Formats: sequence, structure tokens, C-alpha cells
Amino acid sequence: MAHFDENAKPFSHQWLNERLAIDTLKRVLSTEYWIPKNINFLWAMGMVLAATFGLLLISGIFLLMYYQPNVDLAFDSVNYTIMSEVGYGWLWRHIHGVGASVVFLIIYIHMFTGIYYGSYKRGRELIWLSGMLLFVAFSAEAFSGYMLPWGQMSYWAGMVITNLFAGGSLHADSLVEWIRGDYVPGQAFLNRFFMLHVLLIPLAIIGLIVLHFGTLRIPHVNNQDGEEIDFEEAAKLYKEGKVKESKVIPFNPVFLSKDVFVMGVYFIFFFYLVFYHFEFAMDPVNFDPADPLKTPAHIYPEWYFLWSYEVLRPFSTDVGLIAFAIAQVIFFMLPFLDKSPNVAPASKRGLFKYWFWAMLIDMIVLTFMGKLPPEGIWSTIGLLAAIFFFVLWIALPIITKKEKKL
Amino acid sequence: MKELKILGIVAAFTLVLYWGVEPFAHSQMHKHVEGEGLKYSDLKPAPKGDAARGEALAAACVGCHSINVKNMPAPMDPVMSAQTYGVNPPDLSLAGKVMDEKFFAHFLLNPAEVTKSKHFAMPPSAGSLQDAADIVAYFKSIAPKEVTPKETYEFACGRCHANRYGNWTQIGEVPKTKSNIKTGVDLDALEFKKNLGIYQNKLADYMGKLPPDLSIIIRARSEHFLETLVENPQSQLPGTAMPRVGLNKEGMEKVIEYLEETGDPSKHARSAVGPWVILFFFIFTILAYLWKKSIWKGHY
Repeated sequence: MAHFDENAKPFSHQWLNERLAIDTLKRVLSTEYWIPKNINFLWAMGMVLAATFGLLLISGIFLLMYYQPNVDLAFDSVNYTIMSEVGYGWLWRHIHGVGASVVFLIIYIHMFTGIYYGSYKRGRELIWLSGMLLFVAFSAEAFSGYMLPWGQMSYWAGMVITNLFAGGSLHADSLVEWIRGDYVPGQAFLNRFFMLHVLLIPLAIIGLIVLHFGTLRIPHVNNQDGEEIDFEEAAKLYKEGKVKESKVIPFNPVFLSKDVFVMGVYFIFFFYLVFYHFEFAMDPVNFDPADPLKTPAHIYPEWYFLWSYEVLRPFSTDVGLIAFAIAQVIFFMLPFLDKSPNVAPASKRGLFKYWFWAMLIDMIVLTFMGKLPPEGIWSTIGLLAAIFFFVLWIALPIITKKEKKL
Repeated sequence: MKELKILGIVAAFTLVLYWGVEPFAHSQMHKHVEGEGLKYSDLKPAPKGDAARGEALAAACVGCHSINVKNMPAPMDPVMSAQTYGVNPPDLSLAGKVMDEKFFAHFLLNPAEVTKSKHFAMPPSAGSLQDAADIVAYFKSIAPKEVTPKETYEFACGRCHANRYGNWTQIGEVPKTKSNIKTGVDLDALEFKKNLGIYQNKLADYMGKLPPDLSIIIRARSEHFLETLVENPQSQLPGTAMPRVGLNKEGMEKVIEYLEETGDPSKHARSAVGPWVILFFFIFTILAYLWKKSIWKGHY
């Protein structure tokens, strides 16, 4: 039984400490949560993501107050009510739209930073896996949100993506109908995607963010050289005042002060996009109301799904679906397919260096081809890039096994 | 320095990515149509017109059209006009103001050919190019000095295209009506709806389908697309029933302005608020940098 001092004033430091252990919490989560000193601004992407999620959440709450999840009203509630009748409704909408796109840019930077520095290995596997779960949850969140304005692209993307669940030759049409709640996207479809977007998936995301932070606490953050730091020893040095000699810094305030600066730079970029360059995040086709009788000339997903769309597209239906399914989960396997004993930046890891840049460039090529019409030379490049994507994954265990221990 | 190098690499990849999925992809997906700056160069120049002669010739126009600036009403209301012609003929007050002179003159001679719309309802309405030029000169002489974006839209687009965000239907603005307080029934509104329905059915028969509502078209298509489409509909949508309407520079600007008012009403607010938000984050970043510097003192 814990000891409670009856004379402690309610909500005084001592009173709170006895009940919540605030001193311990503060120490463990903040002032003595040690971060390596040898890091660069890419280590701030996690906090930048958290801040962007915060912006999406807040802007989403404001939009939710006026959005109407009804096939007859949804389009105008977004494009008329929110954009011209609600005070600053346009600002919330543009923050939400730009945020949804930019959050994926930062996620990809965050992911490739992890891959480059080998931050998914030797004790950090769960960080990677929980991060990948977040990626999946964010993808579902983005897709469900894209349905809500009920424009042409909402409708037809909804049609195309839910069709994938028919599984090609499996003809699981009843599964597709079950997902849609109807034969085609309609009121039932819009309502359930609305629920997913504003309740179920955000709840999952918040839970996963907590898990992601949790997985980080014991193995600690990686550093620029992949050096294995004795955190206890380094922390002891730091606490003795030898901050120059110590290899670590406390999360609060030292690491945080740099994070806040990086966030400031990021927000300048973010709000420049919100005010002056939001078109890239709001596809023109989606400003035509949903019309089940008129298929748009080009149907393509938002840019962040294009690479996996292009893994699907160049093959025949069944092969494409299998390729697509593998591409969705293959990044989960990264910690287990990378057989190298080294935790080091890709530049020091022999063939893996080329693997990293080849993967990055291949995914960019896939992204380009995913948007272009699948004709002539574009289909050929798309097919080759998709095959190369799998070749790289097959090559990964082989080249990393051969890697010499540094 | 190393951080700047990393930032440079991240920025370079981001820009390449952006270029590929936006400007490059769109340049490949949509054919580019070069406008001709409203020159209507397929039409020969028209002779100089005589407004006084034109006035006499224009007397025939009011058989179908109204000329409100001259207090000449239309012989039929919009619904009856649509039942007769398929569409409501425009009020001609603005014709001399927002239409290209040369286009207007040739249009009077042969509407179907000049509009590139084979089933155009209006019959040829001038005996010679000189007569046509005289009528044009007359309409130029009676046109108001100033014209609003909305009036231009009504004249040029609004009898086929509704604009619900601008409260505009093909038969005019949605009137303010009152419902019966005991039953909630608004007979006037129902009457208007019925008339609009009759008009739209006739219009759809005339055009092949109901022309789209243009409330937010300015965000669904680029300004360039809209300008080249209006200048010559066949260039962007081959085979479309939409007629070439022959707007001049002022007419085009006013139409685009109206489409921006209804489809992108936050344009002004954006440019007013934007700089302040950016300035706020500039100051935020400078302060954050100073804080970081003071905290990190002695760490290296």
C-alpha cells in the first residue's frame, strides 16, 4: 500500500506525486529520456508527423461540424457550405486537404530515413512494425476521407478500389457488395466510410501512435552512424554536467528545442502550400459531383498510392492483384529480409547502398507511371519498374547476407 | 553543413516527385489546346457599320428577343420560349458590349455555321454583311458603359447553364417565396420548380443533354481550359452541342470573374490572410532557432 500524506494539499506537488508519480513520469518520458546527440534534422520527422496529425485532427473537427454524410448533400456541404458560408471554412478545408497529402510526404521521408540508417534492426524491429501499421492506418484514413466530398474521383476511386476485393478470378462479388453495403457505391457506402474516417480509424491511429512511441523507449532512437551507445554511461556523464563529452541529450528540453525549430521551418512550407499552392492536393476531377453514369477519362489515386497502384496495373488481373497484395505488406518484412549484422548508414554498407537508392528511384518511377495513362512506352516502363521492385526484394536477403561485419 | 546537404537531397527528390505527378503527368493526360486570343481568325473582317441604319434593321429582333435597355420586353416568357425554340433567346442589351464585333456580324448572317452548332435555333437574320455590321453598330451604341460579371454570365452562359452557388437557374434567380405557415407548403416555390423542370426538359431535348451546372467549374477545370472552350467549344470537346458564343476580351474576363465568385469565393481572403500566417511562422522559427541555440550551448 502506497503512502499518502494526509496533510498534503490537494493538487500540490506532493499530492500529485503520491497519486500519479509525476516526477517519475517526467523523468522517464522527458528529462531523462535520452536521445543520441549524433543526429540530424531527419530525426525530427516523428514530431513533425505528430504535429501534422494534430493539424489534421483539429481541422477535421471543424469540418465535421458542417459536413453532411448524404449522397445528395455531401458535395455541396463541402464545396458550398464549408467553402463560402462558414467563417474560415475554406482555411480548415485547405489545411485538411494539404495536410492529408503532406503527411504522406513526411511519412515517406521518415520511412526512408529509417531504411537508410538501418533503424529497424537489432532491437528496433517493433518500432518498424508499429510504424508500418501506422502507414496502413493512415492509408485507410486517407482513402476513406477521399470518399467524403462525393465528387467524381471519390465515387470512381471508391468503385475501383472496392472492386479489388473481388479478387480477380475468385469473383468474390458478394464480398464487394458486403463492403459497399450495396451493388454500387451509394448512401450505405458513404455512411460507413464516413464512420471509418471520423471514428474507427482515427482511434486506431491514436492507439498506434502510443504503441509506436512505446516501442521506441527501450531500444532508444538510432543515430547517424548506427553506433551502439551505452545509454546509462552516457546519461551519467550528462548528469555530471559533462554535456560536451556525453553522447546523449535529454528529450526535454534539448532534443525538443531542435524539433520545434525544424517544425517552424516545416510550418512555413506547410502554410505556403495551404495558401498559395493547394491545388496539387485537391484533384480538379473531384470538383465535378459524383456521376454514376459518366466514367472520368483518367482514374488515378492520390500521388501517395501511385507506386502500389502501378505494381497492380501492368500485370494481368490475377497476377496484378497478387503483386499488389505483396507490395502492401512487403515493407513489414524489411527487418527480417535484411540479414546483415550491421546497423549503419547505407553509405557504409556495400551493396545495400545501391539497393537503397535503387529502391527509392524505382518507387519514384512507379509513382510517375501510376499516374500516366497506361499507353505505349509508359506501360513498358511501368511493367519493368514493377518487376524491378520485386527483383530488389528478392535480392535483399542475398546481398545483405554477403555484407561484411563492420 | 551536412544537414544542409541532406536537406538538399530531400528537397531535390521531393521536387522531382512533384514534377512527375503534377505538371508532367497532366501535360501527358490532357491535350494542350492553344487559344487564338479571341481573334476568330476564320472570319473575314466586317465593314464599318451605321448605327442609325442598324436601328431600323434591329426592329426585327424583338420578335424573339427583349432589349431591356430600350424598354422592349420579350414576346414570351423563358418557359414558353423554350417550348417554342428549345432555349430562351437572350436579352440583347449587352450584345454590343461583350460580343466580338466581327463575330457578331458574321453570326447574324449565318448563326449555325458561325457558332459551329448545326441545330442552332436562330435563323440567319441579316441580308448582307453590311446590314449585319449596321445592326452590330446599333447594339454597340445602346450598350451600357459598365457591365457586371453576373449580367455577362446570364447573357453568355446562363440560359443553358445553371449556377446553384450563385442562386441562378436557366430561367432566372430562384425567387424568394413564403410557405403557408399552417401546412409548410410553398406553392410559389413549387410553381417555380415546375417551370424550371419544363424548361430543363426542353433544353435537354434541344442540346442533347442538360448542360452542366457551372457553380464550381473554375476548380474542376483550369482557367485556360475554360477560356479556350468558350472561344471555340469544338477545340476542347469535338462534337459538342455547345455553340461558340463569340465573347470579346471584356466578356471573357467578366464570365471568368463570375465563375471565380461562385466557385472560388475565398480567393481574396486567402491572399489577405496568407502573408500574416507565413509571417507568424517566420517569427516563430526565428525564436525557436534562438531557443535551440541557447539550449545547445556547450553541447559541442
